[in-house]
Amino acid sequence: MRKLAGVYLGAVAAAAAVFGCATMPTDAQTSARAAAVLKASFRANGQAGLDRLDQDDTQQACTQYAGKTPPKDVAERIEKTNLESIVWPGDGKYLGDWKNGERIAQEGRGKQYSDDPKGPVGGNCYACHQITPQEVSYGTIGPSLYQFGKLRGYSDTMRKYAYGKIWNADAYAACSNMPRFGHSGILTQQQVKDVTALLMDPESPVNK
Amino acid sequence: MPAMIRRAAVRAAFCVGATAIATTACAQTSAVDEIAKYRAALQDGNPAELWEARGEDLWKTPRGPGKVSFATCDLGLGPGVVKGAYAQLPKYFADADRVMDLETRLVWCMVKQQGYSEADATKNPFGGPGQKSDIEALVAYITSESRGVKMNVAMDHPKEKEAFALGEKMFVYRGGTHDFACQTCHGEDGKRIRLQDLPNLMTVAGAQKAYTTWPAYRVSQGELRTFQWRLNDCFRQQRFPELIFTSDASIALTMYLARNANGAVFDAPSIKR
Amino acid sequence: MADPMRIRATAVGDSTEVKVLMNHEMETGQRKDAQGKTIPAWFIQSVTATYNGKTVLSAQWGPAVSKNPFLSFKFKGGTKGEKVQITWTDNRGDKRTDEATIS
Repeated sequence: MRKLAGVYLGAVAAAAAVFGCATMPTDAQTSARAAAVLKASFRANGQAGLDRLDQDDTQQACTQYAGKTPPKDVAERIEKTNLESIVWPGDGKYLGDWKNGERIAQEGRGKQYSDDPKGPVGGNCYACHQITPQEVSYGTIGPSLYQFGKLRGYSDTMRKYAYGKIWNADAYAACSNMPRFGHSGILTQQQVKDVTALLMDPESPVNK
Repeated sequence: MPAMIRRAAVRAAFCVGATAIATTACAQTSAVDEIAKYRAALQDGNPAELWEARGEDLWKTPRGPGKVSFATCDLGLGPGVVKGAYAQLPKYFADADRVMDLETRLVWCMVKQQGYSEADATKNPFGGPGQKSDIEALVAYITSESRGVKMNVAMDHPKEKEAFALGEKMFVYRGGTHDFACQTCHGEDGKRIRLQDLPNLMTVAGAQKAYTTWPAYRVSQGELRTFQWRLNDCFRQQRFPELIFTSDASIALTMYLARNANGAVFDAPSIKR
Repeated sequence: MADPMRIRATAVGDSTEVKVLMNHEMETGQRKDAQGKTIPAWFIQSVTATYNGKTVLSAQWGPAVSKNPFLSFKFKGGTKGEKVQITWTDNRGDKRTDEATIS
């Protein structure tokens, strides 16, 4: 699933090693050298192996455009590849249990090398989003999700979109800051359904 | 302090009898205000001074297999010169033929002058309960001697330019299970994670505000935390593997941020939540 | 013996302002370590400040006081050049005394 970022790195790194000489390195050379130096500066710890530094196509492309909007054709390619890889629910039901969804949204642990691999894994959604009105400790890296379903309507299309977005945010917004929770194996399918319910269940405090 | 309390009182009055969303906004704003009040109250009596005292002692006492003090350790302004040294780091050192930040340079002096092995010199960079770190104490002392000095990181040597360029690229490297880069949290103005404000480190203003307040006594950690620690802990939370202490990437990123902070007055060790 | 305190004593009008930073873990006895074992309580129980042989502050502390405590207080009197002494004792019987000159 994850392609190695650059089998060509060796050659480029060798060329880039000629830093400090008359010719200044190109932008691409600097990027390649940065990736190489970065990888050599880490050690595996707990559940975090060095393979976590290998970039897939999406990460590689998004690094190249570094937060700026990628060109239209690149963005479309990223969104298409990510959309195609979404694993939709076999039973066609996108909503799980919103109460569990709230717990998942609050849980900040999971996937860090300091975390027990058998321990709880959450989405840490409140780190970036306002969600229920009761929770005042919320971040602003992402937009507010308060009244998510109420504002958009509770159609099946909307439920599918919410599920898809949580599963793989890049399918809808190339180079999104949001992690690809289902795609990257952070949350299970049931957990993704539960968080979808938090946003799309009319009974959820988000929509009250 | 009085101004802050007055503002909070005005907001509290406004919030009485507000509607659902407004109550959230009000509760939210007063939560931020209360935290600001807590932070202001913390400023007096920074336990970092305890690390500074221990660090000064370590700097001046002969130690290691070589039984030598740090009097011959050159941090960039001459052997043994501490005043203003941190504000011009990282920099290229000819004797090592590489760019070094403070912690890397301290390890260098411990190995080359005091006779420690590389392993011994780097074995305890971040202290914990019952486990004091000498490096933390030395960093606290040396940085305190740059308080009030304007950041003045040079970038004349090709390797200094290279370190900056590499740091700039590393800052935007998307990776790990969550596709995070430093930029994900630190690439935009006016954002926060939960209730913690995030500086935009890709701007001079953001870098100036943030870089000049590290190292810091982190109350939640009960420890004096250095810049190497800050980078290490960011990467842990980014779901990356472990950043190696004084690795090339850590120096490059420090170079990028320290250089961007040039012109700002250094004001650390500070105290943070 | 425990690590030294940092004491600053300043003459302010007809009073002396004293600020003390103490080095202490201040374990409440409620926390558990990674293995689930309770970390034993270890905290400063009493603090005394003296000037010219007279006690100017006497305090009894408990586990509510945080790690590396900061104490700030004023007392009437005090002359520049004279010394203020601070002593703390913890629940293990450990003691630490340091002094500072009033400036």
